[in-house]
Amino acid sequence: MKIGVLALQGDFREHRISLEKLEADVSEVRLPEHLEGLSGLIIPGGESTAIGKLMVAYGLLDAIREFGKTKAIWGTCAGAILLAKNVGKKQPLLELMDITIQRNAFGRQIDSFEIDLPVPFLKPSHPDYHLTFIRGPIITEVHGKAKPLLSLPDGRIIAAQQGKLLATSFHPELTDDLRFHRYFLELASSESVN
Amino acid sequence: MEQEETGFAVKKGLAEMLKGGVIMDVVTADQAKIAEDAGAVAVMALERVPADIRAAGGIARMSDPELIIQIMDAVSIPVMAKCRIGHFVEAQILESLGVDYIDESEVLTPADESYHINKHNFKVPFVCGCRNLGEALRRIGEGAAMMRTKGEPGTGDVVEAVRHARSVYGDIRHLQSLPEEEVMTFAKNIQAPYEICMQVRELGKLPVVNFAAGGIATPADAALMMQLGVDGIFVGSGIFKSGDPAKRAQAIVKATTHFREPAILAEVSRNLGEAMVGRSASSLPEEERMAGRGW
Repeated sequence: MKIGVLALQGDFREHRISLEKLEADVSEVRLPEHLEGLSGLIIPGGESTAIGKLMVAYGLLDAIREFGKTKAIWGTCAGAILLAKNVGKKQPLLELMDITIQRNAFGRQIDSFEIDLPVPFLKPSHPDYHLTFIRGPIITEVHGKAKPLLSLPDGRIIAAQQGKLLATSFHPELTDDLRFHRYFLELASSESVN
Repeated sequence: MEQEETGFAVKKGLAEMLKGGVIMDVVTADQAKIAEDAGAVAVMALERVPADIRAAGGIARMSDPELIIQIMDAVSIPVMAKCRIGHFVEAQILESLGVDYIDESEVLTPADESYHINKHNFKVPFVCGCRNLGEALRRIGEGAAMMRTKGEPGTGDVVEAVRHARSVYGDIRHLQSLPEEEVMTFAKNIQAPYEICMQVRELGKLPVVNFAAGGIATPADAALMMQLGVDGIFVGSGIFKSGDPAKRAQAIVKATTHFREPAILAEVSRNLGEAMVGRSASSLPEEERMAGRGW
């Protein structure tokens, strides 16, 4: 099973390293033809406006939208924003997931933070997972086929799933904990429908 | 490895998100929007770009907070701002404004000729300039969460940025080849903290993100720096001192992503209009050189 990492901008190297530690076959995606033969794609953290514009410039917006109809895609932070139907601002989006996202929802960089939370659906579910939020977004609405997956103690949604599509506000790629990447690999090889 | 200070992962994490991107100097909210629309990952809010700082002469200081706030309100991408080397009160002011990164910058006139800011004391992350590995590791020792090569700002001449990147990466390769007993003397010779030298030797790279800055004016310059191994690009005077800023900005963004694809570099380099006029870094008299500021 081959997994691509969208390598237009952002921390794609960290995703690549995490996947390689799990012995996945990884390649970098910069042009539409690089999607061929992939079972899944990770859209990394970065600046969603910059990644969106580069996707438009090289025909990747349509190509990934098509890919996401049947294949697995995981977006972390900027990637989650790009998967959303609505972000309350005009910018290029894949609009694949039935979620609404608020960008920079916690504030500016000085409001960025880390928190340890239990994540029951990961294997193993202990210990707690170390979540890193960097100018992170919040999922404000989950409707249609999407389901909320994880929330902060105050109830704000920070992860959602729709079949093989996964959106997280935080950055598992910045930790050495591989459980989220393993979760995505299982998703990519599953029979779920988006 | 050493336990990092609380919050350092978050400070350094923002720089990780900027990788593969272009950070552009802007002097107005309108320029900031042009930069964002062109695909910049962040903007540096300034009163004057380095080329104009050179032309104006005199003392260059932190920008007017009003200008910085206008730029923060205009765009959704991170906003950086510069303070003078050693001027920790300018840094306190910038932190209170909520800027996303502070550049303790040699482009401004230094406020302290012996000491840089203790960057551990701040919640906002700092980026600092370097010419070689020793300088980079001293800044990281003081708490910098991101580095950039200094180059020679406001010249449009990439030669100094190349020199500084080659020096940093050359020294890292040399350090990696050393047996452990030689690392202390290496650290002494480059005047860098021993523990961070050990960390670099193990990682094979700096422990924080490193961008190129100072003299980058064309898509080819950006791709050159990326191929030399930097993580991303700062463009100062190169964009808004050129004939068609929006077009050049987009071209440099594309070149930074597709830096190994000569056909794409050729395509984006076509019909960009005038590049900034520039002046050769080697023609600058010693007192006009910015890269030598900082210790």
